[in-house]
Amino acid sequence: MKRIVIVGGGTGGTILANNLARRLERELEAGRVGITVLSASAQHMYQPGLLYVAFARMAPAELSVDEASLLRPGIDFAVDPVTAFDLDHKEVKTQSGKTHGYDYLVIATGSRALPENVPGLKESAHHVYTEEAALKTCAALKAFEGGRIAVVTGVPHKCPMVPLEITFMMYEYFRDRGLLDKVSFTYTYPIGRVHSLENVAKWAVGEFARLGIHYETLFNVKEVDGAKRQVKSEEGGTLDYDLLIAVPPHKGMEVVETNGLGGSGWIPTHRTTLAMEGREDVFVLGDTTNLPISKAGSTAHYEAEVLGENLANLVTRGLALRAYEGKVFCFIEAGKDRATYASFDYQHPPEPQPPTRAIHWFKLAYNRLYWNSVRGLL
Amino acid sequence: MSDTKIVDARGSFCPGPLMELIAALKDISVGDELEVLSTDQGSAADIPEWVAKVGHTLTANFEDQGVYHLRIRKAK
Repeated sequence: MKRIVIVGGGTGGTILANNLARRLERELEAGRVGITVLSASAQHMYQPGLLYVAFARMAPAELSVDEASLLRPGIDFAVDPVTAFDLDHKEVKTQSGKTHGYDYLVIATGSRALPENVPGLKESAHHVYTEEAALKTCAALKAFEGGRIAVVTGVPHKCPMVPLEITFMMYEYFRDRGLLDKVSFTYTYPIGRVHSLENVAKWAVGEFARLGIHYETLFNVKEVDGAKRQVKSEEGGTLDYDLLIAVPPHKGMEVVETNGLGGSGWIPTHRTTLAMEGREDVFVLGDTTNLPISKAGSTAHYEAEVLGENLANLVTRGLALRAYEGKVFCFIEAGKDRATYASFDYQHPPEPQPPTRAIHWFKLAYNRLYWNSVRGLL
Repeated sequence: MSDTKIVDARGSFCPGPLMELIAALKDISVGDELEVLSTDQGSAADIPEWVAKVGHTLTANFEDQGVYHLRIRKAK
């Protein structure tokens, strides 16, 4: 029997498991292949929904379902996080003490927001990267009656559209409350333009001018003085605020670091095969890679489809045929009822179109269709 | 000094070479160097600007066969 072990039950791990189970259905039924998913959680959360929780447009209960309900029959699933990787002996050990041998291993453990890695940020800023934080942000926005709102972004971070989206959504949120004359917005960004994607940055600057949103580039948050309500940047700048919204810096999961698989929890990964550097039987998916592409659900999705086909072919024919070409697709909410998107790969930059209501409604539909997407039905 | 770390940001539109550099600097020690590979012409100007503003040191900046090589020494 060929054993495929997938570590992580998030977007990438779940899509891959279902993709493999579909492609290898006969092999699974005949006992020639085994697919095991090991996850740290029994629940699967649709993380992009947390942005909507902050604006009271979705509830946390809408964002999570049982992971087991998403997986096709024949997949072994256990809530038993991996604690040790022994790649030389082709096995992983779990929290419960079990050892799982493998022929192919896929590491898709994701990433985590670490506001505590910037002095003062955790205590002083609001964000949308955990359920608890999104609910607190919702309460803070509701309670805010006027003053200076500042948006700061740490590096690296997942969901690269969030800094812009939360800014535009806040603008319309306070406009609807009739508070725009009492609220000012300052958007900051770590590099020399307001977004990594040049075409998105050009569009956003036009929107900022139209809406009266101030911005400052080359601003990497160094520390926050909560008592003074002031942010200091690595570049020597300061920014005063009354309400601080942050996209915290991220790291990969601790188990990746403690097992020496990659600095800051990012595993060195081949950009087209998705193999861990130096290994032919270990692959990496989604946020966990060190690839220079967006840490986003769509990235994990496209990678999982390529890897599913390749792993199935490796198991049945001994060769991998497809290359991951860096495909990413991100919706961009431009307010409460308009959106656009960015689609790009290693060779082709995005060309975002003017926001429309139709794209916004498609995004809202996708928020519900996500569960069919991870099941492999979309 | 340890071996120079390579940050292969070729074809990176998002997060892009400068963001990759900022992230990678967190994983090296003061005094160590890393080299960013980029196919984005803009990064040949953006990265030196940011490096100078923050106070790190740019030790090399050249283009070879369409790939920009920017070597940075971490100063703090």
